[in-house]
This record gives sequence, C-alpha cells and structure tokens, in this order.
Amino acid sequence: MDRILRVNLTDLTTRTEETPAAWAGLGGRALTSTLVAKEVPPACHPLGPNNKLVFAPGLLSGTSASNSGRLSCGAKSPLTGGIKESNVGGTAAQMFARLGIKALVIEGLPKGDAWYGLRVTKDGVAIQEERELIGRNNFAVLEAIEGRLGKKAGVICIGTAGEMRVTAANISVRDPSGKLRSHGRGGLGAVMGSKRIKFITIEDEGAPGIQLADPEKFKAASRVFTKALMDHPVSGTGLPTYGTNVLVNILHEAGGLPTRNFTSGRFDGHDAICGETMHDTIVARGGKPRHGCHAGCVIQCSQVYNDAGGNYLTSGFEYETIWGLGANCTITDLDDIATADSLMDDLGIDSIETAVAFGVAMEAGILPWGDGKEVLRILREEVGRGTALGRVIASGAGAVGRTYGITRVPVVKNQGIPAYDPRSVKGIGITYATSTMGADHTAGYTIATNILNVGGQVDPLRKDGQVELSRNLQIATAAIDSTGMCIFIAFPALDVPECLPALIDMINARFGAELTGDDVAALGKTVLKTERAFNMAAGMTPVHDRLPEFFRTDPVAPHDAVWDFTDEEVDAFWNF
Amino acid sequence: MVITVKLFAHFRHGRFKEAEKAFPEGVDCLHVIHSLDFTARDMGIVMVNGLHAALDRTLQDRDTLALFPLVGGG
Ligand code: SF4
Repeated sequence: MDRILRVNLTDLTTRTEETPAAWAGLGGRALTSTLVAKEVPPACHPLGPNNKLVFAPGLLSGTSASNSGRLSCGAKSPLTGGIKESNVGGTAAQMFARLGIKALVIEGLPKGDAWYGLRVTKDGVAIQEERELIGRNNFAVLEAIEGRLGKKAGVICIGTAGEMRVTAANISVRDPSGKLRSHGRGGLGAVMGSKRIKFITIEDEGAPGIQLADPEKFKAASRVFTKALMDHPVSGTGLPTYGTNVLVNILHEAGGLPTRNFTSGRFDGHDAICGETMHDTIVARGGKPRHGCHAGCVIQCSQVYNDAGGNYLTSGFEYETIWGLGANCTITDLDDIATADSLMDDLGIDSIETAVAFGVAMEAGILPWGDGKEVLRILREEVGRGTALGRVIASGAGAVGRTYGITRVPVVKNQGIPAYDPRSVKGIGITYATSTMGADHTAGYTIATNILNVGGQVDPLRKDGQVELSRNLQIATAAIDSTGMCIFIAFPALDVPECLPALIDMINARFGAELTGDDVAALGKTVLKTERAFNMAAGMTPVHDRLPEFFRTDPVAPHDAVWDFTDEEVDAFWNF
Repeated sequence: MVITVKLFAHFRHGRFKEAEKAFPEGVDCLHVIHSLDFTARDMGIVMVNGLHAALDRTLQDRDTLALFPLVGGG
C-alpha cells in the first residue's frame, strides 16, 4: 500500500502514514484537492502555519503508460485565495510513485529564521537545515544538488522569488535533461517559501517500484492508448513539430490573440513570434524542435531553443509565454522573449502571470510597449534584487493594476488571463470565469472545439453550447489531472474512440479496480465540487465567477466581439 | 476575382506563406484547396476573413482564405 509522508515544520518532525482507505483510489489533483479541502481551514492565511503544501503523483505515474509522469501540487493559493492545483512534468512524479509515495504533505511553519531542505529516500523523508543555497536561483540550485547527489536525483525547488513569497512565485521540478519545468500558476512557490523549504530532493535507489495488478491487461491497454496518441494528427505530428506556439498564427487569424493588454484580437507582429518562424529558427541554430518534459512522453511538445551563437538559451518555451510577452506586450524579438523565459525560470516566477503583469505595467506607463530589453532589465535588476517595483510585478497582474490604478486588468480571482481572448473565443471565457483555479486555460480547454475542430465544432463567437462545452471539458480535465496524464492526451481522447477506454483499462489494470467511464466522470465532478466548496468557505461567491468589466464594455477587433453572457448563464455552469 | 490565400505549418512547404490568387467568380473554398494540390482530408481549420468556414462556402472578391492542417497546442 502506498504511503503518505508528512513533514511538520513547526516541530521539525516527519512521519509516514498508511494511505486512508478513502483515498486509495485518488491521485494527482483528486488527492491534493481532497487533502487540502479536508485538512486546510479555508479561511487561513495562505502563507501562515495552517496552510499545507501537498505533492502527489498521478494514479498512473511511475508505470510505462505514455505521458503519465505529471506531478500535482496543491495548497490554498496566495494569489487567488482559493484552492489550487498545478501540475508539471519532470522526473519527480515517477520517482515518488516508484518509492510508493502517494503524497508528500508539508505542514506548519518553522519558528526561527533557518531554511531547510527535504531529502526523500526509500526510508522516508528527512529535514536538513540548508545554508549554502539560500538566496540562489533555480539553475544554481539544480547544479549544486547535482554536485551533491548526482544526475539521477529528482529536485523540487524555489528560486529567490519563492523566498520573497511573492504571489507569482512558482515551484520548479528538475526535468530529464537537468533543466526545469514549473508548477507555474497560483503562487505555490510563495507557500513553499513561507515554510522555508528551499528544495526537496528525491533519490529512488532501492525503491519497491510499481506492482501492477494485471500486467498483461495493462500492456494491452497501454499499447492501444499509445497508438491513439500517435495516430491523432495533433498529438502525433502537430505538437511534436511546431510545439504549442503554432497557436500564435491560428489565434491571430481567428481574432482571438489578445494584443497590447487585451485591446485587440490581432497582432501585426505575429509573424516574428509564430510557431513556424520559431521552428525554422530552432532548426537553423541546431536546437531541438521536439523534446519531452518527462521520460515516457510520446508527444514531446517541448523544444530546446538556442541563441544566435548556437548555445542553449531556454526550453519548455510555450505558446502562453510567447503570447504573453509577444502579442500582449508587443515584443517582436523572439530572442528577448526566450531570454525572459529563461530568467523567469531561474527566478522562479510564473511566465504567464508575469507576462500578463508586464502588459498591465506597460499600460500604466512603467515601461514602453514592446521594450523587450527593459523587460529583461526589470527581471534582472528589480525582480532579481527584490526592489519594490520588482515585487509588485512578481505579485502578478492584479497587484500591478491595483498599485497603479489601472482598470483594464485581465484577471479572474486575481489570476492573470492567458493567451485566448474570451470575447472572441467565448467557451474559454466560461472556463476562465468558473474555474475553481482562477483564470486557467488548461482547466477546460475549449480552444480545442472552438478553434481547432477537435471534438467537434462550437462557433467561438456565439454563446450557444459554450457552457456545456466548458463544463464537460472541466469535468474531464479534473479526472485527467488525477491520472498523472498530460492534458494534451485530451486531443486524441476527444476524437479517437479507443483512447479513453484504454486509459480507464490501464487504471483498472494498475489497481485491480473495475472503474467505468461513468466512475471517472463522477470523479471529475467530485473534484470540481470539492474545490468549489473550499472556495466558497474561503469567502468566494458567484460574483467571483465573473470576467472583468472591460470585456463587456470594450469590443475587440476584428470581430467587434464583447463578453455578453448574463450572470445566470454563467452560474448555470454549476448545474451538475 | 482575387483571393488572399494564407497557408500555415507544413502546408507552406514547397508552396508559400501568403499569396494573392485570381479565381473565377463563384468558386468555393474546396476549389481553391484543390488548386493547391490539397485534399479536403488534409484540412484541419479553414477560415474565411477570420471566421471558420465550411468547404463549400462561396468566396467573394478580396476574401482572405486561411488554411491550417490539424494542429494544436495549449
Ligand atoms: S506533450 Fe508536452 S507537456 Fe505533455 S508530457 Fe509531453 S512534453 Fe510534457
């Protein structure tokens, strides 16, 4: 039976518990959200002693199932004030699963000024005081830990932003190439910083490994599942070739590419930052157009982006980051955006929240539109040194808007709105409004059906069908986030009939269970309702399920679209 | 009539990024698609003037037709 490891910073003790029977069928988001909802007082301060930081691998993590190596992290979010789950690739989830660790729960708050590292091995978890790496950023931390424990050790860490407890701070996880991926959204790095944990290392020597209940059945289902991923044009060829950044031109064309802090749906400079240009640049400079964030990913949407001299500049360079500093801040130099991506990774701040914050900062006149070099300076000299301006920007778009008296602040539940304009892609607006996570495109990715013709077609500019589309996708996503699967398996899952049944068969073969599709949908619903109940108890109301006012009053070009849902129509999302 | 045709992702290979092309009055999207040696099955997303369009949609002079293979991200 998998175990739950607990670390209490208040008295510096650790303990190992058997997994309660009620949680045996949970993993990933289902487990982090259930645990946070049960054990964290909703009204607590997110950076105080009563919040808990929970890491949980998905149900299939550690097995040979394709794309199953995602790690969920949950807590009460200091950015949204509600519950948060953020998931990530890297090597940690598979190592936790092989060690038989169902979850790692970090509780309490240390009394003194000391910082700590946690060391997870087959014998459990140990707390060790850390001096050397305090004040250092992520890449230096990864390198130092590789020096101490070797290349195989997993690492979960925060940069200086997490130490400062700013609300855009993220948590980084070492990837198979020694770089990092991030639990990006919701300021979870600030929670880790509040607990004065600089890093967690994981060594899996002597790990018991995964015991499959029915290895033959698992193998057969896994084969069908992988084939579905490879056969679907999006996951099989589109994502591996162009990465997520192929979306720049698609959203530009559709008029849904938020530009200049959400004042237009098209960006004149789109060609300079688009996926096609990026692909050619990567190839010309000897980078890698395809790259996986964890071992076992067969889609490999990631990439390695080199500078003009052919030297490594960044990886995991996603559409949302490129959109955020590109169209949203009107920066057209892809190398500046890539450098900023690397700096944000190193400091440990969410590249979506920070990019949306820069858009608001440009509107406030703090720096000129399109000034990539000034963005880099602010990241290095203001955020990096923890100046007042740096801390405001690294606290996210809402903080910048409040500090400078700006009304066009694209946030829901204080979390920055990413990459798709909700006026011209209305389904995603329902997701932004209703998601328990705050504005989060991955919570119910209606772009698939609104724009990409995956899972049918729902006209992006009309209201019809959007609430139902977002609801179905949010329920499915909550379930997928619990399996350890990357959300991009949703593309084949929406179109290839064998895909989801094979996924459920793998879960059944792993645990000796007999789940049906209905059980999995029920799990997704329960997760959403658990999260919603936490948010309500934390003080949220249906009024928090609203988009900012300017989306109603300011039409967006080229379709002159406005956000025109009534409150009742939005609230109907929760009728399930 | 003149149609602006935009191609994306691997549709550009051996073809073009954007071009103005002359067609007889009254042709539909599929006509243009065939004229570029694509089949209907190759198409992921077809947009006319930024709006999703059916393959049998009749084009007007100065329309912009954007053709994407099935790609995606998120
Ligand atoms: S498809 Fe992309 S995000 Fe998903 S597991 Fe692979 S590299 Fe990671």
